[in-house]
Amino acid sequence: MKGLAWDRVVSIVLITPSVIAVAVFVYGFIGWTGWVSLSKWDGLRPNYDLAGWVNFDRLLNNSRFQIDVRNTIVFTLLFLAACLIIGLLLAILLDQKIRGENLFRSLFLFPMAVSFIVTGVVWRWLMVPSSGLNTLFAAAGLDFLKSAWYTSPTVLHIQPESGLAQVLARVGLGGLASPNFGLPLALISIVIAAAWQMSGFVMAMFLAGIRGIPEELRDAARVDGASEVQVYRHVVLPLLKPVTLSAAIVLGHISLKIFDLVASLSKQGPGFATDVPAFFMFQTTFQGDHFAQGSAIAVFMLLSVSLLVIPYLVYNIRREIEV
Amino acid sequence: MFWKNRWLSVAGILAVSAILLAACAPAAPAPKGQLQIFSWWTTGGEAAGLDNLYKIYNEQFPDVEIINATVAGGAGFEAKAVLKTRMLGGDPPDSFQVHMGHELIDTWVTTGQFMEPLDSLYQQEGWNNIFPAGVLEIVSQDGHPWSVPVNIHRANVLWYNTAILEEHNLTPPTTFDEFFEVAETLQDAGITPLALGDVGIWASTHLFETVLIGTLGAEDYRGLWTGETDWNGPGVREALENMKQMLTYVNDDHAALSWDQANDLVINGTAAMTIMGDWVDADYVAKLGTKEYQGFGWAPPPGNAGIYDALSDTFGLPANAPNREAAIEWLRLVGSKAGQEAFNPVKGSICARTDCDASLFGPYLRSAMQDWTRDSIVPSLAHGAAASEGWVTAIHDVMTVFVTDGDVAQAQAGLANACVDAGVCS
Repeated sequence: MKGLAWDRVVSIVLITPSVIAVAVFVYGFIGWTGWVSLSKWDGLRPNYDLAGWVNFDRLLNNSRFQIDVRNTIVFTLLFLAACLIIGLLLAILLDQKIRGENLFRSLFLFPMAVSFIVTGVVWRWLMVPSSGLNTLFAAAGLDFLKSAWYTSPTVLHIQPESGLAQVLARVGLGGLASPNFGLPLALISIVIAAAWQMSGFVMAMFLAGIRGIPEELRDAARVDGASEVQVYRHVVLPLLKPVTLSAAIVLGHISLKIFDLVASLSKQGPGFATDVPAFFMFQTTFQGDHFAQGSAIAVFMLLSVSLLVIPYLVYNIRREIEV
Repeated sequence: MFWKNRWLSVAGILAVSAILLAACAPAAPAPKGQLQIFSWWTTGGEAAGLDNLYKIYNEQFPDVEIINATVAGGAGFEAKAVLKTRMLGGDPPDSFQVHMGHELIDTWVTTGQFMEPLDSLYQQEGWNNIFPAGVLEIVSQDGHPWSVPVNIHRANVLWYNTAILEEHNLTPPTTFDEFFEVAETLQDAGITPLALGDVGIWASTHLFETVLIGTLGAEDYRGLWTGETDWNGPGVREALENMKQMLTYVNDDHAALSWDQANDLVINGTAAMTIMGDWVDADYVAKLGTKEYQGFGWAPPPGNAGIYDALSDTFGLPANAPNREAAIEWLRLVGSKAGQEAFNPVKGSICARTDCDASLFGPYLRSAMQDWTRDSIVPSLAHGAAASEGWVTAIHDVMTVFVTDGDVAQAQAGLANACVDAGVCS
């Protein structure tokens, strides 16, 4: 009994510094940012007078911010899809007990060791329309692959006069036929660079997941006459659901907060085609001196990441309690 | 063995003490220690000019170790963000580069307590008689000077490839109508008429400010920044229309290029003209290897004749600068004739002082020195002289969209809004 109490004291003493550090540097600053987002701080001098919701109100009406929200959603969807599909394919290929698996595994993982800044600079050079990949494609006779990359101002969207738009209008969704709900082509360049970097990581997660599936299960399926494709479709994939969810959470919070890749690759892009909330936050805060507005963007980003992460945490905790 | 080691350590201690003693030699009147200079001059002529200043400083004060705190990036956008976090965090450099005008005054002076006024330095050096009155007015607020201008740049210059224009019997356009004719001819010949590199969106704002000047004229352009010219008026609309039409003649990949890469298009002959500040002169000097380069000419952009769209790099003294004495000597050098003559011919700008030796400069800068004394001077928008940083950022946002969608009405409404947000218009 006495020993147990002593253990408790030691554990509390050991844990206190990090609790204090986290309380101040994480939650303290979140609270401070929240306060600034409601303040009148505009200009270099701090001004903590309460302004209320006006910063959020103005932010939601800011056309650049509206574009940013669209870009974040489009980017997150494309980035998640690309990483999960490529990662899964790579993992399945590596699972075929090929020779030199270690080499390939490292090869696919290496991009992750590079910082997003480096990735951004390299892909910026690769995708300059007047040189880089376009020159390569031209030399190989693949002119149809040439692209304006991140300099393209085009936003693919449902044309207001099209048949689809009329159908949507009939069900009260006519608003969808506008660039506000479109796909900026320039954003695809960012997705390519980001997926190049993160697919290897997803592959590693999937590979670990596949290796965690008992061989007996697969053998049993094969004995029952399932083809290799059916084994993956009906045995492996369903068992990979938890891994997929974890990968999606990790990728999702990266994509909601992405800054460094965009800042080094294309910045805001033509007509904000590649602008993201984090980049807007940086510019409006430290270049425009609109500290309250910058904080409002930060709070918005925190909320959007929480929407993704908190349900996952709750789900995990519940599962742990059940177990 | 043991004794040997012991003697070695004694010898080591003696050696270390000797070094420490040497370091504690009696204090000389000259400043020593460190001097941290913050700027965004990292490439080409800018870095070389800064280096020339450092060399002179080190000759004068060999005991001072200069720390060159630079943050790369055109027009200093990244650098300014870093500087703000340092100043707000109570970690100022000893002196930092800042554009004269509203960037200096609105960001650092009227907000209070960030800067130290430089009255005594100006008196000691007699600068009140040496810098032009217009410049003194722009670096001053409440009757005190707040920074030392090292140079003057001109933002409104049209640079062109002389061979291309001659080949098509063209001359640099002086009006917008002439510009569109020239551009049409060039485009028919398969040449990009106007090179633009706006990966940093300031380059589009920069082009727009020359269009505003060319459309409105000097007086109405100045009025934009004081609220006397109506942003909703026909003048601004016409400027936006002109800008829109000009943008149909630029290179497709402008969003991927920087201003110097755009100038490469002029150098290699794929584009005929570019509108950019006179730092392009230093770019030619660096790439062509001579101050007296041939084959490239300069002229005022359409409608800009007789107007000098000016900006200036200045250095100020932050309050609580850690090495104040060394920083004051630095400012003394920056404003001196020797300092400005060492810096400006390399940087590709003219002296802020009026007594520099013209023979040190290349042909373009000699012509700029003449224009500077007789042209009407207006403040640059994209480079911090005309408007506060918050206002400039808002205009950048309007330009980012306008360059892509060309919606004149929306852009004009955005510009008018930006003026209201800046507290200048009502």
